[in-house]
Amino acid sequence: MALDDRKSQFLYVGTTPDRPDGLDKVTGRAKFGADAYAPGMLHGAILRSPHAHARIKRIDTSRAEALKDVKAIVTRADFADVPFAPGLEGEFWNVLENVMAGDTALYDGHAIAAVAATSALAARDALKLIDVRYEELPHVTDVDEAMKEGAPVIREGAADYSVPEGMHPNVVRYHESGHGDVEAGFAEADLVIEDHFVTEATHQGYIEPHACLATLGGDGKGELWCCTQGHWIVQKTCAALLGIETSQLRVTASEIGGGFGGKTTVFIEPVALALSRKANRPVKIVMSRNEVFRATGPTASASMDVKIGMKKDGTITAAEGVFRLQGGAFPGAPGDMTAMCAFAPYNLTNVRQVGYDVMTNRPKQAAYRAPGSPMAAFATESVIDELCKQLGLDPIEVRLKNASHEGTKASYGPRFERIGLVETLEAAKAHPHYSAPLKPGQGRGISCGFWFNHGGETSVSLSLSEDGTVQLAVGTPDIGGSRASMALMAAEVLGVPYENIRVTIADTATLGYNDVSHGSRVTYASGLATIKAAEDAVQRLCARAAAKWGIPEDAVKWENGCAVPSGPNAGEFDPLPLAEITATMGQTGGPISGHYEATPEGAGVSFATHIVDAEVDRETGKTKVVRYTVVQDAGKAIHPTYVEGQFQGGAAQGIGWALNEEYIYNDSGRLENPLFLDYRIPVASDLPMIDTVIVEVPNPGHPYGVRGVGETSICPPLAAIANAVSAAAEVRMRRLPMSPPRVLSALKSDG
Amino acid sequence: MSKIHVTTTVNGDEMEFLCDPRETLLDVLRDRLNLTGAKEGCGTGDCGACSVTMNGRLVCSCLVLGAEAEGAEIATVEGIAQGDRLHPLQRKFIEHAALQCGICTPGILVAAKALLEKHPDPTEEQVRFWLAGNLCRCTGYDKIIRAVMDAAAEMREAA
Repeated sequence: MALDDRKSQFLYVGTTPDRPDGLDKVTGRAKFGADAYAPGMLHGAILRSPHAHARIKRIDTSRAEALKDVKAIVTRADFADVPFAPGLEGEFWNVLENVMAGDTALYDGHAIAAVAATSALAARDALKLIDVRYEELPHVTDVDEAMKEGAPVIREGAADYSVPEGMHPNVVRYHESGHGDVEAGFAEADLVIEDHFVTEATHQGYIEPHACLATLGGDGKGELWCCTQGHWIVQKTCAALLGIETSQLRVTASEIGGGFGGKTTVFIEPVALALSRKANRPVKIVMSRNEVFRATGPTASASMDVKIGMKKDGTITAAEGVFRLQGGAFPGAPGDMTAMCAFAPYNLTNVRQVGYDVMTNRPKQAAYRAPGSPMAAFATESVIDELCKQLGLDPIEVRLKNASHEGTKASYGPRFERIGLVETLEAAKAHPHYSAPLKPGQGRGISCGFWFNHGGETSVSLSLSEDGTVQLAVGTPDIGGSRASMALMAAEVLGVPYENIRVTIADTATLGYNDVSHGSRVTYASGLATIKAAEDAVQRLCARAAAKWGIPEDAVKWENGCAVPSGPNAGEFDPLPLAEITATMGQTGGPISGHYEATPEGAGVSFATHIVDAEVDRETGKTKVVRYTVVQDAGKAIHPTYVEGQFQGGAAQGIGWALNEEYIYNDSGRLENPLFLDYRIPVASDLPMIDTVIVEVPNPGHPYGVRGVGETSICPPLAAIANAVSAAAEVRMRRLPMSPPRVLSALKSDG
Repeated sequence: MSKIHVTTTVNGDEMEFLCDPRETLLDVLRDRLNLTGAKEGCGTGDCGACSVTMNGRLVCSCLVLGAEAEGAEIATVEGIAQGDRLHPLQRKFIEHAALQCGICTPGILVAAKALLEKHPDPTEEQVRFWLAGNLCRCTGYDKIIRAVMDAAAEMREAA
């Protein structure tokens, strides 16, 4: 689609109506994962490994089984009742191994056995009566240690074809890409800086722990209610793990209390189903916060080396990076994504990046908002900042000079279509924040960030009611107000008021497969499908009008919510409003619906530029973010207030990651801080207001120009804050989080 | 273990229940009284999603035992609206888009209502420190703070 074909005048899109689920959510009646109950329901609880790495010698459940309140117990070894399907391969096997340990506990918190009992307390009591005999094995939790010769092997044979010969078996995926000749590039530079950076694992930190309510009978038919970012993947995975047919398991997504990538897989759902099948009663499992921290996906931790060469005028001559990502006891750490994102904002002649996916004795990492990109930006943008500082150049001017634009060959391969990086940099430069004076002890940092965005399998249905109102069924759980955006786009096409559209997140029995709400894809892909489904309905509405008027279908068009003759030759008829067509649809051919399904490919990459002012207390090492501005390209903001919300939320999570949050493992490989008291996410008094600037450079791949906005907002903060703190402390910060002890020690030495 | 019989008042309604001595007030509200508005985010008093008031005092219901509710007056998010009339805080939260996922919203509304009853004209800093016990992971708090300030202003005008 050419740019000038795109709709640019809107009636509903770009307005900010109240969200459709607002009333439910301010009155406490919205139903989240743990808010479902069923007659005869049992409560499940899971026994978890206290060891980082241990062979499971024996599990004795007899004492727990003897309790009258206990109705079912499952373990992997419990083959008499085969709760899980044997013979799984590939990622399904990994998921199964993660939701219930096989012969080895691979991390502190790994599930060993599960109980269903008549109350939550009884289930927890029963866990204490399960005797597990372990043989402890050597463990490793650090990425650099795990790659060294002699490091404990998490699992032989887990590496795929991509890993070069001679690497440690814990290196399970390898990525290398780039173009040009980096050595020649470095030779052209006036200044080359190479540095090492480390980030710790952080948790997505959604406030709602994982929860589900499962029913599965011996007939292979099941019902599952759970909080998830995508119920079709839950359906598919649970069916595979339990050896039942996919379509026989109906999964309904509850309201979801945050996900950020962490609710894109299964943990407790297959366990609850297995318990339910064995007890023949509904089983509810709700994770504790301790379990969420120990056994659900944190993000990967990273060890990174980045080298960049620059001329005196700010031109980058070459860039090279090595990114080692630790993803827990299973393959999946985003070594490839980290490498591919690292230099994407820049138009480089010579670039090379290498990524490693490394296993350790930690929980299986899960996606967290633009997986890999925030860490990559921390390393790259820190080096660029240092180059600017040493060459006496303005950091925004240097980024503008090197910025990727339409037609740039991206560091990871393809040529960019229309992108908005330059526009975000120009807007940042013009923002009053960038020129505001700083107080003593304060520093300013900026950073760019990049994310690919994603399309994914999508299916949407829309049906009209006799009174002219609209039911819209989408399959992507609403994690930040997306029902409002869907209704706005449908209203735009149909020409009916926003309030007349009821948007539902359909269950797996109601729509075809929908990918997870991830990859910043919902407003893009479900939005595109909503527009197409509404256009499909419009075509049918026009056909009814044509039949009524006795003119050809192509002589009717849709305007302001009415069928009208497409031109003077079509005849003279009064506009026929939607509600008049639907009022008689029973007599004119039956129900009118619209439908669309596809895997849209034009998600449109996205860029942001953040500006941060930070203040460092030189006595305590405490850092306070005093001013924060997010500038990001949204393509087209459908509901600008919720776009701002995504910008602000990503920035706040980035502030936590940069300053406080980290997984702390002790020498025994146990997680030391599995609670919010010790894993400290930002609270209201930690943060300033977060200013936002929405840049709109339309995405050629969406009818209204939408680019996803959910993830890019977390890409620049780590680097922007590190640059601000480095400026304030007058020492380069190379390790996150920049917690007070780290800042204090940096103040005493150099980083 | 034998259960304890408790008589209490929740949102003005007298209620009775039996509970295990170990059950928290949050467990009781959710599992025995069907009031699922209060959420369990941590169970350790760190996130504030389970905030309710007990005899007018703001508490984390996960840190109160169900048995302690005997004779007490409990107020939860379900009691904030009066019939079909939303409290200004509820309206302003919707208006300002002060929620994304909404899981922290009940606790934040209960806490913010308690704040405005004590300090009808809070500064931004006061609001931020009062709500420092209520974690929100989605919004970065910006719109929450604005909604509370705006509700406070409206309530002062109406008073």
